Amino acid sequence: MSAAVKWFWFASPQTFFPLAGTIARACWIGAALLAVAGLTVGFFVAPTDAQQGEAYRIIFIHVPAAWMSMFLYVVMAFWAAIGLAFNTRLSSMMASAVAPTGALFTFIALWTGALWGRPTWGAYWVWDARLTSELILLFLYLGFMALQAAIDDPRRADRAGAVLAIVGVVNVPVIYYSVKWWNTLHQGASVSLTRAPSMASTMLTGMLLMALAFWLYSIAASLARVRCIIRERE
Amino acid sequence: MIAAARAIVRRDLLLALRRPGDVGTALLFFVIVASLFPLGIGAEPNLLRAVAPGVIWVAALLSSMLSLSRLFAADHADGTLEQMLLGAAPLGVVVAAKVLAHWLISGLPLVAIAPLIALQYDLPASLYGTLAVSLLLGTPVLSLIGAIGAALTLGLRGGGVLLALLVLPLYVPVLIMGAGGVDMAAAGLSPQGQLQLLAALLVVAAAFAPWAIAAALRISTE
Amino acid sequence: MLEASNLDCLRGGRTLFRGLSFSLQGGELLRIAGANGSGKTSLLKILCGLLTPDAGEVRWQGAPIRQLREDYSRHLVYLGHAPAVKDDLTAAENLTVACTLAGRKASPQDAQTALERYGLPADAVAVRRLSQGQRRRAALARLLLSADAPLWLLDEPFAALDAAAARFTEELIASHVAQGGAAIYTTHQDANIGAAVLRVVELG
Repeated sequence: MSAAVKWFWFASPQTFFPLAGTIARACWIGAALLAVAGLTVGFFVAPTDAQQGEAYRIIFIHVPAAWMSMFLYVVMAFWAAIGLAFNTRLSSMMASAVAPTGALFTFIALWTGALWGRPTWGAYWVWDARLTSELILLFLYLGFMALQAAIDDPRRADRAGAVLAIVGVVNVPVIYYSVKWWNTLHQGASVSLTRAPSMASTMLTGMLLMALAFWLYSIAASLARVRCIIRERE
Repeated sequence: MIAAARAIVRRDLLLALRRPGDVGTALLFFVIVASLFPLGIGAEPNLLRAVAPGVIWVAALLSSMLSLSRLFAADHADGTLEQMLLGAAPLGVVVAAKVLAHWLISGLPLVAIAPLIALQYDLPASLYGTLAVSLLLGTPVLSLIGAIGAALTLGLRGGGVLLALLVLPLYVPVLIMGAGGVDMAAAGLSPQGQLQLLAALLVVAAAFAPWAIAAALRISTE
Repeated sequence: MLEASNLDCLRGGRTLFRGLSFSLQGGELLRIAGANGSGKTSLLKILCGLLTPDAGEVRWQGAPIRQLREDYSRHLVYLGHAPAVKDDLTAAENLTVACTLAGRKASPQDAQTALERYGLPADAVAVRRLSQGQRRRAALARLLLSADAPLWLLDEPFAALDAAAARFTEELIASHVAQGGAAIYTTHQDANIGAAVLRVVELG
């Protein structure tokens, strides 16, 4: 019983407000430290790739950003679903807070993908399966944000966004596999940005460090945003 | 329950019959969009034959989406939507009936007109069958998914464009499977895989979308 | 029969009412009074289940209406502000569809009779050609076919009606209540509905 009470204690936006601030501060610092570590590994420690030269180093940002973009969509849908099911305001606020960060990482993944593509394959955009899926994911994020922005009543905005996010999260695997199939039909395997250089363990370490850095950044940014939303609404 | 569903389908069909202009406009849009592409990309026969399935599918998709914003808006404006929400039949059933009527009015005619467009693009007649089946399976899915968007954006400013933004990413799998199936047939391969996937999408959408649409309607009318 | 407990309603940032409670039994008539914008329509919608109150609940024969869904709406007739008729259909077509949706059998004969009793022309003309008052009457004709619905919820039923039609409607509501049904209506006109037990909820 006391565990349940504790859980719902923090579900109140008022009590969560100061806690969010504390956690966010810790995460900003953690994110900065991990980012420095990750970038050092990525740009200085990891060896030069035999095929792609120095340009490949951008995957240390591209891949973790892509991971985050997909992970955050699921997180957003999760919080939105909780908010819809249990009618808790804070859960819906968290979903709305996560969305812009998710969209940001999708955007970063797309740009870094393009920057990687140019020196490697000669074109900025090659309709690679993964990048195309990322593009559609960006549209899903923007759609969620646009829908919430268009609705004045906060409760309707939360609940409508939740339905959209749930429908979206169910569709993401379908979209991913259909785009993958489409890519093989029309392009063949010749052009693929997913064929990353075979992983030296330092490369993997670098990417994991960056992924963790991005994750902590996401937590910090979302919590900061949720504090703004709380202040706005209460 | 069946009586209510039948009454709604009948009612919507009757309304469409009395206002044929609305239906005609959407079909005309389909034809116009499909006619724009050759003007834009040149009329080289091989090129047109290659892009035909994709163009027809995109035009069908856009045309179907155009009529979606009207799906619930008219009923919402004159108060009949409230009566549906208070009906004796579960809202999911009522909503499914509305989507069925929408498809009969805006989706099925596209299947009938598609061969004409295919003729414009000199698509080999052997592919007409696959094209028709892909549209027959795909357009109901477009109606079902689109209705979720229509319900969510009910009464919002920026309605039509916002609806497009929400719904077009979700349309991508249907587009890929539909046009892709015809492309496979054009390449001499069997389109069975794609058509079966479309059928699966239809079954899943028919089973789950009505409840999502009902939930969205309740949210939008509160 | 119907019980409202502790209803709160906030719309557009304003608190329309707080902690509203009342109950309604068969044979009772409830009038919701108040100035424009005081929340009469919102209260009526909460009572039908179209709107969720910000606090409190509505119960029908002991069970919360949120859980009952169709099992509750089957027992009521709600006529809102808008006449809820399709412009392109005739009054009779509208009536039959409305009754079928509500789960009541209504043959075209019954629809015609009901419309005639309300003084509407028998010819099949699209509703868009009718006047405001005639549209209202076409919508109200549904009450004649809803004798078995115990609860009537009417939002401004007398709006746009002439004296004769208004009197007819008053008698209709009075006899429904006399036969054991319950009715809730909003109006800011002074309506005189027979000898029924009249309770008034004043908002604002």
